[in-house]
Amino acid sequence: MTKAECQIEQQLLEQFEAKIAADDKIEPKDWMPEAYRANLIRQMSQHAHSEVIGMQPEGNWLSRAPNLHRKMVLLAKVQDEAGHGLYLYSATETLGITRDEMVTAMHQQRAKYASIFNYPTLTWADIGAIGWLVDGAAIVNQISLQLTSYGPYSRAMIKICKEESFHQRQGYNILIKLCEGSEEQKAMAQDALNRWWWPSLMMFGPHDRESAHSQRSMGWKIKRKSNDDLRQKFVDQTVPQAEFLGLKIPDSDLAWNAQRGHYDFGDIDWREFERVINGNGPCNRERIRHHKRAQDEGAWVRQAMAAYDIKQAGQRVA
Amino acid sequence: MDTPLLKYVLGLADDNMVLSQRLTEWCSNGPTLEEDIALTNVALDILGRARMFYQYASVLDEQKRSEDDFAMCRSEREYTNLLIHELPIGDFAFTMARQWFLDEFSQLYFSALSHSKDETLAGIAAKCIKESGYHLVRSRNWICVLAEGTEESRRRLLAAIDELWGYRHELFETTQAESLLSGVAVNRADLKDTWMTNINDLSARLNIELPDKDWFVTGGRRGEHSEHLGPMLAEMQYLARCFPGAKW
Ligand SMILES: [Fe+2]
Ligand SMILES: [Fe+2]
Repeated sequence: MTKAECQIEQQLLEQFEAKIAADDKIEPKDWMPEAYRANLIRQMSQHAHSEVIGMQPEGNWLSRAPNLHRKMVLLAKVQDEAGHGLYLYSATETLGITRDEMVTAMHQQRAKYASIFNYPTLTWADIGAIGWLVDGAAIVNQISLQLTSYGPYSRAMIKICKEESFHQRQGYNILIKLCEGSEEQKAMAQDALNRWWWPSLMMFGPHDRESAHSQRSMGWKIKRKSNDDLRQKFVDQTVPQAEFLGLKIPDSDLAWNAQRGHYDFGDIDWREFERVINGNGPCNRERIRHHKRAQDEGAWVRQAMAAYDIKQAGQRVA
Repeated sequence: MDTPLLKYVLGLADDNMVLSQRLTEWCSNGPTLEEDIALTNVALDILGRARMFYQYASVLDEQKRSEDDFAMCRSEREYTNLLIHELPIGDFAFTMARQWFLDEFSQLYFSALSHSKDETLAGIAAKCIKESGYHLVRSRNWICVLAEGTEESRRRLLAAIDELWGYRHELFETTQAESLLSGVAVNRADLKDTWMTNINDLSARLNIELPDKDWFVTGGRRGEHSEHLGPMLAEMQYLARCFPGAKW
């Protein structure tokens, strides 16, 4: 870089930082530091992949939903998630990366998706638990991201949040029904809570002091609240909901702390978190395999679409 | 004993139930994310139809069975869907060729049913026509893409049509229940020529040679199914059957 170029870049950086400080949105055409762009691509594509991979554990119960109403609601819900994925991929593409590149990065495990989807949905109650806890945690996170500094991401979050509360409600409703039902149904609900509680808390990521990306993301206002703050908010809002259901949260340290005005809760097993995120969860391999298989099996369809488009364009010109 | 009207309505409900269950299998398995969403949309519309018919059946039923009783607690011998709906999804070409056949049919069928003397059925049909029109535009478009896309897509499309060919007759077969419901039930046989013309027209435009050897499989309305229906119902009904009487 020449001295002049250096000075220009310095100026651009100052303008960028002034915008961030003033809570203005950064838009796709604006200059941004490469690390800001890379950080956004990482976070947004991970978010998009999570929407799409999450279709698998929930889709696992589409064929077996217990009645037609539930089947319809679940189908609509999973369809919403696909829409979120699409919307987020488009928003991420404004940063100069294609959907294909993002998907390849996921297949090669260079890009992640929410690690919680590496757990299986074993019973119908798991569908309730996912809506209640996983969508519930996602909402807490996404509400804070409505204020994120990147314009397209912020707008995506505002749009997506509107649908998420329906997702959480349908999950919670499933559990209400189970808890009003037979002993067996209630046990099914408790078992689901036992398995999904801790992974839901892990969804917010490592403690702030241990999170590699957190500090920087906060500085650029990509993230607006810390992992631990968001996790606390989720616990505080979810505990009364569990009480209403008559279910017990699997944490013997869970207690109201009047001084803090928050619930205290036990230590998260971070070894478990690391284990699963690094490929040792029950379904890691299956999730990627499934996604790749659908892609491979659909390759001839996409080729046909492309060939057809070219022929049509040719006919229009001729 | 089920009355002819109840039998008639249940047949229509079962057609849509079984087809929707099949389409749902595409969820997270589509060739693109966009198509995943579109197929799920169609599955939802068709499930909506099934529910409207089952709910009407419930009103007609002396035993007061609910929509879920009908869907979740009847066996493969009691299901009376036409066979074409229960065939496995196959590849994308098979799914879209079936949709094409059925969407062409639904369009004709619902516009006829919207003139039924039975107001409930006429009302359901009126609701279904619009969405069925969208489905038809979509499936015709896919037939064009597959026919004119690549050699492989054309080959797969032709194979799919060949696999489906003998199942089309059943769509136009009048059942005993239907023959007792003059003015209420649609006379299926009346739709056959128009349907065939529509299929021929698009095929001709796309140089699709329709199979010259005809064959004829039937039995769905009598509860005589392929071996594919049983496993589908076993899966679909598993929870309801495991926990009889439970509320969900
Ligand atoms: Fe979502
Ligand atoms: Fe959601």
